[in-house]
Amino acid sequence: MKDKKHLSVSAIENGTVIDHIPAKNLFKVISILGLDKIPNQITFGTNLESGKLGRKAIVKIADKYFERDEINRIAIVAPHAKLNIIKDYEVAEKMLVEVPDNITGIVKCVNPKCVTNVEKVTPKFKVIDKKNVSLKCYYCEKITDQEQMEYK
Amino acid sequence: MKNKSLVSINDLSKEEILRVLDTAEDFEKNPRQPVLNGKVVATLFFEPSTRTRLSFESAINQLGGRVIGFSEAANTSVSKGESLKDTIMTVANYSDLIVMRHPIEGSARYASEVSKVPIINAGDGANQHPTQTLLDMFSIRKTQGTLDNLKIVMVGDLKYGRTVHSLLMAMSAFNASFVFIAPKELQMPQEYKLFLKEKGLKFEEYTELAENIKDADIVYMTRVQRERFSDPMEYEKVKNVYVLQNYMLDETKPNMKVLHPLPRVNEIHENVDGNPKAYYFTQALNGVYTRMAIMSLILGLK
Ligand SMILES: [Zn+2]
Repeated sequence: MKDKKHLSVSAIENGTVIDHIPAKNLFKVISILGLDKIPNQITFGTNLESGKLGRKAIVKIADKYFERDEINRIAIVAPHAKLNIIKDYEVAEKMLVEVPDNITGIVKCVNPKCVTNVEKVTPKFKVIDKKNVSLKCYYCEKITDQEQMEYK
Repeated sequence: MKNKSLVSINDLSKEEILRVLDTAEDFEKNPRQPVLNGKVVATLFFEPSTRTRLSFESAINQLGGRVIGFSEAANTSVSKGESLKDTIMTVANYSDLIVMRHPIEGSARYASEVSKVPIINAGDGANQHPTQTLLDMFSIRKTQGTLDNLKIVMVGDLKYGRTVHSLLMAMSAFNASFVFIAPKELQMPQEYKLFLKEKGLKFEEYTELAENIKDADIVYMTRVQRERFSDPMEYEKVKNVYVLQNYMLDETKPNMKVLHPLPRVNEIHENVDGNPKAYYFTQALNGVYTRMAIMSLILGLK
């Protein structure tokens, strides 16, 4: 008998599968990785049942592999994401995302009086708490917490 | 510090802070040293702050430097919509050093990234004002003979007051203990209290003024600023809560000094001014020496 879960999203020959994305952040992941701007074949499933996350999303990108720095950029929206590197229909490698030490772009500073919200300045943050993802603005020195995060 | 911008007090090591204070002490003994001869310093005040600007400009003039700049953004290219980046890049061509004050937080850090000459932050909104912190430390060391193991009482607006936050961070490197006296609405934010806990430094919190300053070495008074409140009612409620009176100083320690970043409104009664423990006007004078030291060190002239 076929496993229905595995039919949700079709398999790829070569590429990357990003699993365990919180469903509500799927489109943020797509935008952070620029998946809306590349010509590769991409399939995704969302609102899939997952015990750990409530509802998760999964993205499969054909013929695309990510650098570690690149993939860590999604850590703030999908800290538990798991990557499967697929080569010839087989999982060749597994990767977990890691919250980086610094974050450039992606997140808006919570402080409306911050220069990054007034002038054309890319926000930069130091990650001061990796577990709860708390960011200190490199410019105004204010702290942006997970629940306050808005994305660029 | 040579050729480095001074944006945040947190950029300076303990050694660098002490170097600034030692140099300021040297300028206090001999303020007319022509070390800025032939130098042009730009003072860009995107929001007015007469006191800070005059303090810098006095320091520059006494050291033989020249000043260009503006004291408010009106009638400048800024009011025509020029970006901060363009203003800074232009002025960097005309000067050896830029002193800037700007209402936007983080503006000085950004300016330091686009400028080819060093930036001194003379206040970026509610964020940082490092030369104030250094002149406070200069005043503390001068009156107490040391920066180590002092008891510092901070009074007034401890929630929004950037001067007390910066002073707290800086003095934490010198094993200070703190007393925070503020109305409920304006108490020291949690992040600073956590910082002190992590450092293992003592602090106490009170809402009463008179009885909690008796064992202080420094009483640091602050103004409750109207512009920090979105609700004018909240401001009216707290603005007159703490007024330091001369009689309150009777039982304080003989070495105790009252500091205030100025301008004051009414939080220090004028009957305190004649008391030898009142130090805030001398503190302002110390600002000139401290700024002389900072500019000379950054330009590599000391
Ligand atoms: Zn910011």
